[in-house]
Amino acid sequence: MPFEVSELPAIDSESGVAEHEYLWKLNFGPQHPATHTTLRLILTLDGEKVIKAEPDIGYLHSGFEKLAEDLDFNQYVTIVDRMNYLSPLANEISWHHTVEKLLGIELTPRCRYVRTILAELMRLHDHLLNVGTTGLDLGAFTAFLYAFAQREKIYDIAESASGQRFHGSYTRVGGVLFDIDNAWVEKVRDFTKGFRRAHSDIDQLLSRNRIFIDRTRGVGVLTRDDAINYSCTGPVARASGVVRDLRKNEPYLAYADFDFKIICASEGDSYARYQVRMGEMMESLRIIEQAIENIPSGPINVAPEGKAVLPSKPDVFRSIEGLINHFELIMPNRGFDVPVESIYAATESPNGELGFYLVANGTNRAYRARTRPPSYIHFSVFPHMIAGHMLSDIVAVLGSLNIIAAELDR
Amino acid sequence: MKWQSILSDCCGAAAAEHRFRDNVCVTIPAKSLHRVLSRLKNDAGFDMLIDITAVDYLDYPDAADRFGVIYCLLDTNSGQRLIIRVLLNEPELELATAVDLWRGADWMEREVFDMFGIRFAGHPDLRRILMPFEFTSYPLRKDYPLKGRGERHNFEVITRAES
Repeated sequence: MPFEVSELPAIDSESGVAEHEYLWKLNFGPQHPATHTTLRLILTLDGEKVIKAEPDIGYLHSGFEKLAEDLDFNQYVTIVDRMNYLSPLANEISWHHTVEKLLGIELTPRCRYVRTILAELMRLHDHLLNVGTTGLDLGAFTAFLYAFAQREKIYDIAESASGQRFHGSYTRVGGVLFDIDNAWVEKVRDFTKGFRRAHSDIDQLLSRNRIFIDRTRGVGVLTRDDAINYSCTGPVARASGVVRDLRKNEPYLAYADFDFKIICASEGDSYARYQVRMGEMMESLRIIEQAIENIPSGPINVAPEGKAVLPSKPDVFRSIEGLINHFELIMPNRGFDVPVESIYAATESPNGELGFYLVANGTNRAYRARTRPPSYIHFSVFPHMIAGHMLSDIVAVLGSLNIIAAELDR
Repeated sequence: MKWQSILSDCCGAAAAEHRFRDNVCVTIPAKSLHRVLSRLKNDAGFDMLIDITAVDYLDYPDAADRFGVIYCLLDTNSGQRLIIRVLLNEPELELATAVDLWRGADWMEREVFDMFGIRFAGHPDLRRILMPFEFTSYPLRKDYPLKGRGERHNFEVITRAES
């Protein structure tokens, strides 16, 4: 049954709250199982009804944007990794997409395909965790196990590409760290074969589950106008009927080559956001299936003569040109040929539009690297979405927004 | 109405357009900011505010002004993007808020205030957001050192016996 928001007493944040003496305050977080990460809410409640939610964030602020000004374009990838730790490789791809746009580097076709596959695997990774833990918070434990079994396989794929399960630091300016091999392709194929089954298992466990639907349908409604006005992007905006996906609207990497749909809904509630994520997983799987069979041959990095990408180690050790190229990039007073310009570029990360505003001053390091973090922007909508709902709806709405505190606070 | 004519209406020759790759950035005077933003939103269709951020141009090559505040706008129907930049100097670090146009500007402006100390007149709740409230500096300014000014090291040490 849809939840109806009843009339609320008009409350002024300055003077009104004190008049209603029956209102009480509850502190939610910063350590709470349902926040998954460290964020705090100060709730004003009327019985169990949330009158006002005041987010208090910054517990995980670690100065990433300041660090960007001290690390070069390749070093900063290790920090970007740790922003949204549910889709680390998608962040790296976004960061190097911006840097490559600044430097004017055109990637090789092989690299574009590999990065596309990895970005879509990360979308699956993020959505699986989100769907699984939303179910977990609402009492559906089993779906969580099915989701995490699949995530484990994605970790294995990331590990065999980059050597690291989680924070791969895999991309480099103009390419990637290592080329992929046939075993990796085989691993991705195996994964795609098994994933459909797991997706249908999760779908059957949650999509028609009476309790899950009652807890999510009509909860945390965001209208289309509000979604645009509050700067929402990604699955949150698409669940409210904003038909926009950077993979289609501003195709980057190899997305223009593939056949896939943008998944949208019009209800704008937590259930719609769940459905959009479930649908997007199938579309991501289709992209991976198309890409993995058509990976172009050829080099994965741009030619080292362009002086943008480190030459391979055998080249460095066995040829003088390779050694010179390596030296030119590594020494602190050399490096990339960087214009004195600023640029904004964005990609469609699993959570929404992840953009970087990069100001370059002609050196190897960013003068300023602003991240446009989707979690930060989505969390600012939360007080608007939760007002008038019950205390227990907080976990349903928080789960559907997919707030990642490391990206929220940076 | 096209954004070019709105900008020439509101700022005349003071609007400086700069193109780099596919980015279009227009630098406008601070006093006409709110009028430009509201006309871009209502007449030119830039209905989404993607981001507000700031840059401290303290040691930037050939920079005459200290701070730049950057507004990234997007038209969700046509997909067109536009970047509006305003230059500011101390001590007049104040701009008109955009919260009355886009509710999403709320936290973005709070972050700019927190990190750079640029105030937004008319903002409903201009407090620090990421840094602690008792913090006194603005950490993303270029004159703030990377390692901080000892905030972390000067915490009082509490021994087990005292706690």
